[in-house]
Amino acid sequence: MSLFVTCVVDLFEPDVGVASVRLLRAGGCQVSCPTGQTCCGQPAWNSGFHEDAATVARTSLDALDADGGDAVVVPAGSCSTMIKVFWPELFELVGDHDAADRARRLGERTYELSSFLATRPLSLRPLGRRVAYHHSCHMLRELHVRDEPERLLAAAGCDQVPWGAGDRCCGFGGMFSFKLPEVAEAMADDKLSSLAEAEPPADLVVGSDGSCLLHLRARAEHEGHPVETRHLAEVLAEALA
Amino acid sequence: MSAEFTLVGTSLRERTTEATRDERLQASLARAIRHFARGREAAFATLDDGDALRRAARRMRHEILADLPNVLERFADRFRANGGHVHWAVDATDANAYIAEVARRIGARTVVKGKSMATEETGLNRALEEAGCTVVETDLGEWIIQLAQQTPSHIIAPAVHLDRYQVRDILETQAEPGRKLDTEPERLAAFAREQLRSRFLAADLGVSGCNVAVAETGSIVLVENEGNGRLCTTVPRVHIAVMGMERIVATWDQLDLLINLLARAGTGQHLSTYTNIITGARRVDEADGPDEVHVVILDNGRSDVLGTELHEILNCIRCGACLNVCPVYRQVGGHAYGWVYSGPVGAVLTPLLARREAEAAELANASTLCGACMDACPVSIPIQDLLLSLRRRKAADAGAAERAGWRAWAAAWSRPLTYRASIKAAALGRPLSRHAAMAPGLRGWAQGRTPPTPAERSFMQRWKAGEL
Repeated sequence: MSLFVTCVVDLFEPDVGVASVRLLRAGGCQVSCPTGQTCCGQPAWNSGFHEDAATVARTSLDALDADGGDAVVVPAGSCSTMIKVFWPELFELVGDHDAADRARRLGERTYELSSFLATRPLSLRPLGRRVAYHHSCHMLRELHVRDEPERLLAAAGCDQVPWGAGDRCCGFGGMFSFKLPEVAEAMADDKLSSLAEAEPPADLVVGSDGSCLLHLRARAEHEGHPVETRHLAEVLAEALA
Repeated sequence: MSAEFTLVGTSLRERTTEATRDERLQASLARAIRHFARGREAAFATLDDGDALRRAARRMRHEILADLPNVLERFADRFRANGGHVHWAVDATDANAYIAEVARRIGARTVVKGKSMATEETGLNRALEEAGCTVVETDLGEWIIQLAQQTPSHIIAPAVHLDRYQVRDILETQAEPGRKLDTEPERLAAFAREQLRSRFLAADLGVSGCNVAVAETGSIVLVENEGNGRLCTTVPRVHIAVMGMERIVATWDQLDLLINLLARAGTGQHLSTYTNIITGARRVDEADGPDEVHVVILDNGRSDVLGTELHEILNCIRCGACLNVCPVYRQVGGHAYGWVYSGPVGAVLTPLLARREAEAAELANASTLCGACMDACPVSIPIQDLLLSLRRRKAADAGAAERAGWRAWAAAWSRPLTYRASIKAAALGRPLSRHAAMAPGLRGWAQGRTPPTPAERSFMQRWKAGEL
């Protein structure tokens, strides 16, 4: 299978990529990572600049297509959504029907990491951590992936604390957090402060989108209440027997 | 005195920033939103298959929009056959002029209004005041904000931004100066009832909105919880209903489906306390009702949306459910949106209906595209997709600098080498070239957040070095 590592993981969170490779191999996959890939184009797409988004997305589409893997795995809910849901629309909008067709075929064999891992035999040891899981928006509401990460965390012996705000947007929203940073920060504060409701409290916030976690962690640090956040892949890799 | 919207002269960022610093507002919003959102979930849980109903409602709304001119004509014919007067208003000025002319003809001095977002959209109160009328809002929340010279901050709960202490202060100072009130909601409501009753009896003209019109019988359906809507439409000798031209169904079966969803989605009620169905003026054998009934069918930019990729926003039934689940609305409330309609639906409607104001287009950015709105919408409007469409329209009008920035980003990020170089350069704060278009944005981001730094060695470097 081909790993689409995503720009956030590649440049800011390479350990998430390393963990993903370990997990996929433990699940019996032969992992390749085409080096021509860059980004899925989401920043421009969400800003309305679909032509520029297509220019970038085509680079990654070409790289993944040429790699010819039977599956494409993405350790990020929003980037997998971009590929599966928005790439066909994006390429149709710019009149590139060939790329749209290729994107549709690629989308059918593209998986967000946890939904792919949930189908593989993984042997995990119990970590015994109390985890609050952040459901990221695209993964939850576009891909409808809710149970898989929770099942995997349970398999890794993590207790999940009930988190009423667990499926509420963290405020990152890509360019949103650049355009309206004060609102993005207020949303993060609101979400983080609701963590205190759990008793006993979580000792770790886990999510499947590095960008959400980066935003939450950056805000928590700035406010002087650091919170440990980790990508699901890192938690599961730690639990690999 | 009419309240003003703040779309002109302020920016979305200024308005939202101010709201995030208002702790009292945040507390009021969190309380009200939790109440509404839980109510909606509980009310939908009583349906056998709420999602199937939502899908059916979406299909039904599509069918109606596809045939809207005919459905409206049938409605207008039936309304006239029932003895009513129909006015097709092209825009706000046209609607207000018609209503002011009716008021002048009948010599109206006091006008009572039921809650109506369409007349907020047209600025009717100011037009009637300029025509010499005293206008009294009679929905409790709407009356409170009228007294406070504010604007509605929620589609169905206009005073949701106020707590009961603020309400008490407004009533004490504006409704009956010198009167001492306590903050028990029941007693505040009783005071309002006492104050408003004489206004109803004195009114010559009643103005209402219209939740749904039913074409097959020419009926206006108004849902409400306070009974003020019924008084506005039956006590004064003339009643004028103002309806957005899309607020219509063809048949009573369709009405049945919508009514089943409307209150559930909005307030969590199975049915609102009052469902008024108004079919014509008072007949000779009837004791109550007005002598004259008018309906103003308001276009005001809606027909320009029909047939475009944004037409699905006209399916909206104004229940307010999307506001109650929106994480942005939750932080900033309705006033930050700057115009009549707030929350996710307002972020779509404002750029379309207030498009003469350049600032209106900015509303498309008032969302993280999280999709909670679509999940809550009783007619399943894909609001996040519509916001993306609006952002594409906005991008097409973008200035040269913004366009060049994205073009440069695309050029850099479509090649692996320059893509890595641009992020490193931007994060180090020394833009290597114009490729680092994100640098100014990164600085803004970093003011309230500890900025992340790129890893010493990227994943791809490690992969290529054969370390994995």
